[in-house]
Amino acid sequence: MSPSAVPRPDDAQAPLIAASDLHTWFELRQWGFLRLGAVRAVDGVDFTLAHGEAVAFVGESGCGKSSLARTLLGLHRPTRGEVRFAGRSLGELKGRALKAYRAEVGYVQQDPYGALPPFLDVRRLLAEPLIVHGVRDRAERERRIRAALEEVRLSPAEEYLGKFPHMLSGGQQQRVVIARALILAPRLVIADEPVSMLDASVRVEILELLRHIQCERGLTLAFITHDLSTVRHYAERIFVMYAGRVVESAPVDDLLDHPQHPYTQALLAAIADPDAANATRLREVPAGEPPSLLHPPAACRFHPRCPHFMAGVCDRHDPPDFEPRRRHRSACWLHR
Amino acid sequence: MSAATLLHVEDLVLHYRTRQGTVRAVDGVSFDVRRGEALVVLGESGCGKSSLAKALMRLLPRNVARTGGRVRLGDLDATALSDERFRREVQWTRLALVMQASMNALNPVVRVGEQVAEPLRVQRRWSRRRALARAAEVFELVGVATDFLARYPFELSGGMRQRAVLAMALVAEPELVILDEPTSALDVLTQASIMNALKRIKRELGTSFILITHDVATSSELADRVALMYAGQLVEVADAGRFFAAPAHPYSQMLMASVPRLHQRARPEAIPGQPPSLFEPPAGCRYAERCPYRFARCAEHPPAFALGERHRARCWLHADDGEAGGAP
Repeated sequence: MSPSAVPRPDDAQAPLIAASDLHTWFELRQWGFLRLGAVRAVDGVDFTLAHGEAVAFVGESGCGKSSLARTLLGLHRPTRGEVRFAGRSLGELKGRALKAYRAEVGYVQQDPYGALPPFLDVRRLLAEPLIVHGVRDRAERERRIRAALEEVRLSPAEEYLGKFPHMLSGGQQQRVVIARALILAPRLVIADEPVSMLDASVRVEILELLRHIQCERGLTLAFITHDLSTVRHYAERIFVMYAGRVVESAPVDDLLDHPQHPYTQALLAAIADPDAANATRLREVPAGEPPSLLHPPAACRFHPRCPHFMAGVCDRHDPPDFEPRRRHRSACWLHR
Repeated sequence: MSAATLLHVEDLVLHYRTRQGTVRAVDGVSFDVRRGEALVVLGESGCGKSSLAKALMRLLPRNVARTGGRVRLGDLDATALSDERFRREVQWTRLALVMQASMNALNPVVRVGEQVAEPLRVQRRWSRRRALARAAEVFELVGVATDFLARYPFELSGGMRQRAVLAMALVAEPELVILDEPTSALDVLTQASIMNALKRIKRELGTSFILITHDVATSSELADRVALMYAGQLVEVADAGRFFAAPAHPYSQMLMASVPRLHQRARPEAIPGQPPSLFEPPAGCRYAERCPYRFARCAEHPPAFALGERHRARCWLHADDGEAGGAP
């Protein structure tokens, strides 16, 4: 079935989660007190995600996308700026309110095998969040565990309840991780590279499943991924990150078909669709490597590698977000 | 075997002994690689493709239950060599392997240049100075600045370490380099630039490659030929143009349809089911359980049918248009 055919709740456009001027820095110290500087993993990120929206944060390793995910999950405290969830700032949440927030946000980890304790069977794995969040009735827990397994298509559920993670294939393990993320009925699910450890033929299955559940339940889904080729059918909006910042954001087709930022253009040019002609042509790749987040380049972070570098502009002034196309933002001086 | 053939592999077998039984990781694999040609061995995890590399390189673990088959490298019958002679005369100098994640296996306390030069010093007994000079040349070839020779692995980024490992494989000018998932842990742009380096090396030095990968898109970056592996066997071997445009085996077709594509709007389709266990693979076609075209004959094990010059598929659907026998 087509995900877009599913009706949305009425508050579809109301923001569920918003980040403003978000910074997550990690201080580096030597001998515990000598300050060496800070790793600027997330360095000034703004966005708003609506109820029921599926978005993808795309970037290479070290661009800060996982730190962003962990900040949204409340696992890192922002250095500056804030995250607001359903109108409340995460920073204000403490004790019971923070625990309630954790039930509102599901987390799908990258490596399913690493995310599932090997000594717990599937029943116990899925019971854990229910126990922690106070579902005392054993029968009620069992009912919800079975429903969660059926929802991720591990059916019949009896067959999987007693299994340990090592008895499941990679795809099945990832389904258990997804079931666990969903079992408390969250409003937001953050999936950090949910398929990068899986085989090609299984990837599509898991992505389809996540997208289907997202539409069925009307929840907000944030994918974190390094692989632009997998986002087209599974997200509505894309945020491209580079060195701790969002450099471009747009609806998925517009971004993939009309990339505006030179970094996005380079990424798209570097990705091949299978074609025998690929073997005979060299790809254009910008020189150099992503910068250290300890000492990122001044102003535009991409300027040392950019083919359109304008001296005196790109290395002097931070580019603001321009809107070269409708709903399409790009932080590059070329759009001035 | 034609004069252009560099590597000829026939009925290669590698089984492991485990507590749960025998794992038939490589179970009768045959193929050819011509001089200057790149063959991609494509397959999902657990299909036996890394074991295939190890069997070719004779880097076998202790729990081998059975090995077999014939490997010819040029005019040399590699199967007839003792392990000692194979190590001295073939490994690194004629046949080199870049293992999966080997960029993380560099010795952390030895300068990168010394490690890259080592095959020359050990195998060819070159002087340190001469070997280092050669290492510098190869560094340039793979796109690493020569002042990195004196650095330690931790001072290099992942992409640079991968290039260094590649340089190590190339330094003794082997005729054939086996690359096992050389870019799978790297970023998109780094991946593209390493593939660029490989294309240049292939063109300039005429080195032959066997590239082992699970990534269809990456495989098309280097492939002249594609061999698709499934449950320990090759199911199709074809020229890249044929394989990517019109593959013959149902598994090849479904795998191609499952690949998400960046520049096309067609929706990828997953392949239902899972590969069979390598402990006791089905007696008939190993793909039958997931195959939409399954029919009675699939209960028998299909031979590889020749569908044209250097194109074979292991599928009963092609029983009428092809002759049985030979590779894959």
